[in-house]
Amino acid sequence: MCRVAQGIPLFFVCGGKDHFGGGALMGEALLSITELNKSFGTAGGRVQALHEVDLEVEEGEFITVIGPSGCGKSTLLRIVAGLDTGYTGRVTLGGEPIGGPGIDKGFIFQEHRLFPWLTVEKNIASDLPLRKPEIRRKVDELIELVKLQGFEHSYPRELSGGMAQRVAIARALLRNPRILLLDEPFGALDAFTRTHMQSVLLDIWRRNKTTMIFVTHDIDEAVFLGTRVVILEPRPGRIRKIVPIDLPFPRKKTTSSFQELRLKVLNVFEKVDELELTDGAGI
Amino acid sequence: MAEGADILIKAAKGARKGPDDAAGMAADSGAGHIRAKTDWSAVREALRSGWWVGGLLPAAVIAIWQLAGSAGWVSAEFLPAPLSIAAAFTELAVHGGLAHHLGVSFGRAGIGFLIGAVLGLLLGTLTGLFRRAEYMLDPGVQVLRLVPHLAIAPLIILWFGFGEVSKIVIIMSGSFFPLYVNTFMGIRGVDNKLFEVARVLGFSPWQRLRRLVLPAALPGILLGLRLSMAVAWIGLVVAELIGSQSGVGFLINEAKQNSNTPVIFVGIIIFAVVGKLIDSLFRMIERKALHWRDSYQG
Ligand SMILES: Nc1ncnc2c1ncn2[C@@H]1O[C@H](COP(=O)(O)OP(=O)(O)O)[C@@H](O)[C@H]1O
Ligand SMILES: [Mg+2]
Repeated sequence: MCRVAQGIPLFFVCGGKDHFGGGALMGEALLSITELNKSFGTAGGRVQALHEVDLEVEEGEFITVIGPSGCGKSTLLRIVAGLDTGYTGRVTLGGEPIGGPGIDKGFIFQEHRLFPWLTVEKNIASDLPLRKPEIRRKVDELIELVKLQGFEHSYPRELSGGMAQRVAIARALLRNPRILLLDEPFGALDAFTRTHMQSVLLDIWRRNKTTMIFVTHDIDEAVFLGTRVVILEPRPGRIRKIVPIDLPFPRKKTTSSFQELRLKVLNVFEKVDELELTDGAGI
Repeated sequence: MAEGADILIKAAKGARKGPDDAAGMAADSGAGHIRAKTDWSAVREALRSGWWVGGLLPAAVIAIWQLAGSAGWVSAEFLPAPLSIAAAFTELAVHGGLAHHLGVSFGRAGIGFLIGAVLGLLLGTLTGLFRRAEYMLDPGVQVLRLVPHLAIAPLIILWFGFGEVSKIVIIMSGSFFPLYVNTFMGIRGVDNKLFEVARVLGFSPWQRLRRLVLPAALPGILLGLRLSMAVAWIGLVVAELIGSQSGVGFLINEAKQNSNTPVIFVGIIIFAVVGKLIDSLFRMIERKALHWRDSYQG
């Protein structure tokens, strides 16, 4: 069921990256999406949510996905997570087709989705027994990693939006996912909190080297976080362009090289459509 | 009481000194205003925390009642005065085996409630979790639920006789439904988004039940328990009034035959007070178990 229960040690913080091999062949990407098509049947006929999407994600990459509302960002992420099925094409993680949802694919929703009846530390542990010393230790380390010391025993209703989202991130990280999928996780947060959360997330990525796919509709956020920005266009949802962001970390939003790349991404959008992209505001 | 009245008067005075008083505005109206504010909040505080406010009306009624009895305005047989009811209570408690009868009643209500509640919880969980179980069981249960359970009491007595079994079955059949319905609704009310979380976190079916469904349905389940308890208590009265050799209902029945009105009152008051105490206990458990809830608390 879960790796921890079977007594195989967890290793996420500070640990190496020797993810139990997987079925990945040499040179093959961690996540591979080929000719992915997905449509939904609705009252008004079929909606093509994703059209011929191809994407390869290497281990340790930080992919940001950006696009206007309704262009299939969530659908793409949910398919990778195993939450949505009924697509055509091939999606593999570590060489294996996506079976269903599971702890190897961490998922952060736009809302924190914590269990309201559990305290912070119990939410992080969820179905794993906190009284086991190794879980206890991992949970404590994660609480430190997401900077929530002192709130171990708080309930979700006592937390701010940013804190709750950090608990959700810790909950996913405890399961030591091969890939972390984040669906507009900071969309509902105010600008200050969002900036802080971005640095927390980058810190986690730098330390754990967890592969990330981060969906956003905020261009600044996409360029600030990503090693590559995947730009989607709507109706039908497909990849318009992939822009590599080869800026070193830590990045500064005020530098001219950052602004250049930001404009480059923005230009792609202007060509796509006259779509309004608000700077951040959650939809 | 005197203290409360005092606060009220003070508050009224303070308010009068407030912003309406144009002349005194310059120097002390500010202070007056502040005092008015604090005094009002004190009144509100006293009203909220003052359990005695709720006791005011009953106390007055009892006083008038006693007065009417002592003055001979109503016959003692029709409506005995509070003091004679108190005397009957003492008599029953000391020589009449009140504790024994109360114990018997508790036993019946407890066993009937326990069986009914366990069945309600199990079936409610089953139909709540599984569509198929819902289609099979729920229509039947809903039809039975609409039959007033007191109406089937004669049938139960016909089947099980006048013994303990029929009493427990009457109580059980009543306390089954509220918990069944509220467990079912509680489970169906669980946020689908949390089910997705359970899938992403790889919960086993057992963990999903234990870590998600039951805690999320707990508010409904606890409400169902409290309602079941109340129905069990009502069922107890019916069962004991229909025919029994012991229990508080038996005391009432016997007193009716002997025209011993004070004892009837003692029985009624015991049913009321004990019912209220049990309800309060359940509310307390509810508050403790659901402290994580973030909802309007009044
Ligand atoms: N469960 C669903 N049923 C029907 N249509 C859906 C469903 N989920 C998404 N869609 C449609 O698919 C398209 C892409 O949706 P989504 O992936 O949520 O977009 P985004 O996350 O980029 O805003 C939209 O047109 C949306 O209406
Ligand atoms: Mg979306």
